[in-house]
Amino acid sequence: MFESLDATLLARFQFAFTVSFHIIFPAFSIGLASYLAVLEGLWLWTKDEVYFALFNFWKTIFALAFGMGVVSGIVMSYQFGTNWSVFSDKAGPVIGPLMGYEVLTAFFLEAGFLSIMLFGLNRVGPKLHFFATLMVAVGTLISATWILAANSWMQTPAGFSINDAGQFVPVDWWAVIFNPSFPYRLVHMVLAAYLTTAFVVGGVGAFHLLRGDAPKRARKMFSMAMWMAAIVAPIQIFAGDMHGLNTLEHQPAKVMAMEGHYRSHPDGAPLILFGIPNSAEQRVDYAVEIPKLSSLILKHDLNAPLAGLDTVPRELHPPVGIVFWAFRIMVGIGFAMLGLGLWSLWCRWRGTLGENRWLHRAAVVMGPAGFVAVLAGWVTTEVGRQPYTVYGHLLTSQSVAPIAAPAVATSLIAFIVVYFLIFGAGTFYILRLMGRLPRDPMPDLGEGPIRSAGITPAPAIAIKPGSQHHGA
Amino acid sequence: MALDLPFLWAAIIAFAVLAYVILDGFDLGVGILFPFFKEKHDRDVMMNSVAPVWDGNETWLVLGGGGLMAVFPLAYATILPALYMPLILMLLGLIFRGVAFEYRWRTRRGEFLWDFAFAGGSMIASFTQGVALGALVQGIEVENRVYAGGWWDWLTPFSIATGLALLVGYALLGATWLVMKTSGDLAARARDYAMRAGIGTLAAMGIFSLWTPFTEPLYFERWFGWPTVIFSVLVPALVLGCFALLVYGLKTRHDAWPFVAALGLFVLGFAGIGISFYPYIVPASLTIWEAAAPHESLAFLIVGALVLVPMILCYTVYAYWVFRGKVDPEEGYH
Repeated sequence: MFESLDATLLARFQFAFTVSFHIIFPAFSIGLASYLAVLEGLWLWTKDEVYFALFNFWKTIFALAFGMGVVSGIVMSYQFGTNWSVFSDKAGPVIGPLMGYEVLTAFFLEAGFLSIMLFGLNRVGPKLHFFATLMVAVGTLISATWILAANSWMQTPAGFSINDAGQFVPVDWWAVIFNPSFPYRLVHMVLAAYLTTAFVVGGVGAFHLLRGDAPKRARKMFSMAMWMAAIVAPIQIFAGDMHGLNTLEHQPAKVMAMEGHYRSHPDGAPLILFGIPNSAEQRVDYAVEIPKLSSLILKHDLNAPLAGLDTVPRELHPPVGIVFWAFRIMVGIGFAMLGLGLWSLWCRWRGTLGENRWLHRAAVVMGPAGFVAVLAGWVTTEVGRQPYTVYGHLLTSQSVAPIAAPAVATSLIAFIVVYFLIFGAGTFYILRLMGRLPRDPMPDLGEGPIRSAGITPAPAIAIKPGSQHHGA
Repeated sequence: MALDLPFLWAAIIAFAVLAYVILDGFDLGVGILFPFFKEKHDRDVMMNSVAPVWDGNETWLVLGGGGLMAVFPLAYATILPALYMPLILMLLGLIFRGVAFEYRWRTRRGEFLWDFAFAGGSMIASFTQGVALGALVQGIEVENRVYAGGWWDWLTPFSIATGLALLVGYALLGATWLVMKTSGDLAARARDYAMRAGIGTLAAMGIFSLWTPFTEPLYFERWFGWPTVIFSVLVPALVLGCFALLVYGLKTRHDAWPFVAALGLFVLGFAGIGISFYPYIVPASLTIWEAAAPHESLAFLIVGALVLVPMILCYTVYAYWVFRGKVDPEEGYH
């Protein structure tokens, strides 16, 4: 009994650990691939070298992040079988084909065109190269679509029946893919990836503005990133709210945990801002709350009744503390992003976007905020799904592979050691690359007539002479 | 009679696995040969010869794994736990060698570390893939839809031997790839290694052809029963033909032929294993029909597979075409 429980917990921890590390890279590369496509498109359109310089700068960083995403992703595609074999046997007929389509429509596309994007400019010319960059960007979005369809189906399963062997059998693929939470989750995650990238780009831009080593390039990327922050952050908050309402409808227990509502509130539930969930006593200690606000947010009515976890059997409660806190971290960062976006708009209006050092410092601090928010958001939704793998139908404890605890413990330790070593080194290299923005080409000639005669310093444009030289 | 979807799917999965083995085989092989080339310049060229294609090559492994889960979930759910240790080691090996492609160019002081990671990771991944293959050939015990064997069942003299054999086979693919893609002293030395690895591969194929039929009565019947005995005669003849082409290509400096010959050896070996297994997907436990997913799953994905796999092959060939020819030692990609 205890041994099997331990093996399940270890397998859960291993999955959580490896998938958390993995999601960091796609969250970044989805946004960065689109950003690269925009940069290259602008370069081809305007012939302005600043876009090409930024493209090359971020391309190298993309290559590193993408490589880490690939290797940590291969682990995921095998972990379903090694550690969650019973789940794979039962749910494989539904989520397997979704992941199969992800490989067929996205992974090959990305891999095939990535090499042309990274190494092929001199070989295929700028137009085809731009096409390759677009394919990589489209590939990341297709990939997100399929994997979020699979994940959403586990959260809000639809369109299936169950056969004699206990397998989920797809009946209506349309209903499987467009299951109730899928559109919300997809929008929320893609926006999150864009925001994450925007804040990384903004943070790096701000860092170089503070250092003053390449003001034109740094300003350009900072400005682009702050537009994204100002526009996408409010959209994301709205999308998140919609997603929350969808969750309330289909996974009420998850929302109860997010809100810390152990008790039902028949006439208006309070919004608990902070507090310490105490699952043993089924209450939130030291709660700071605003009366009736939760009902207003979730039901758009101050006095609407809201059910609490007391309406759910104890053994079906998700772990409240983790979900409660992860949710608050995500929301807090979301509003901080909105704040920075608004601040940048104000500075832009005043004409101080490139000079306001406090704004730049804040942007540097907020640089990694997107990753924290993405992880917190995924913890909220995945831990909130517990104790199920397929919500309402398959318990986590009945999904695990019959692997002995020592084997899982050994592999878990190996993953922890290797991931910290490998991805620690990778993060170090990425940070170092981020710190090395090549200087603007001869600033004193920047706008002058000589430059337009075609003298662009070779080192500034990292491309072989004689080909694709757009030193207009 | 309706289309036999499980059979068709078995063919597609087999194709994906074969594509993985020969494609990632040669770039893993380049990693295996890394320690034999000490010069930084040689290593740069070796790495650059596979840098544009390794990622796509490894995607076939994801298709093999993900596809297996989609269309033969029961096989996926029993084979993977049975091969838990070798597969986890393989994944870790693939991580080390995969990141080395990028990391290696990001540091001078630490370059030796990532050279070591590239070579070591490639060797571990290759060896454990061979071990996994050997363990699969020996059969996997299944009861009530779950793996019923022990945690060390995969570790036998036979699986260790298949692990070593695959290491040599991948080294052959890697060496012949280098013969085709590089020039000068590097190519000359690669020819030498290709010859040695070729002899090793031929010997390994001979040994396993004699050994395998006696590990499992199923294989014995298959190899010496009618009509499959035709293949048992034909395959060795073709293997010798490929080997002759390998030697001829190496001696006469037809630099693409040895690689083609090495691919031929792998295709033949793979066909031999396939013929031995059929109709089982988990040898001696589950046939492809027993392990197949419900019809709805097979039908849904087959539409995409029949359209998309040919498209994938097209742009994969295009990507190889863009980076065709000998690697220019001066054209550092990074």
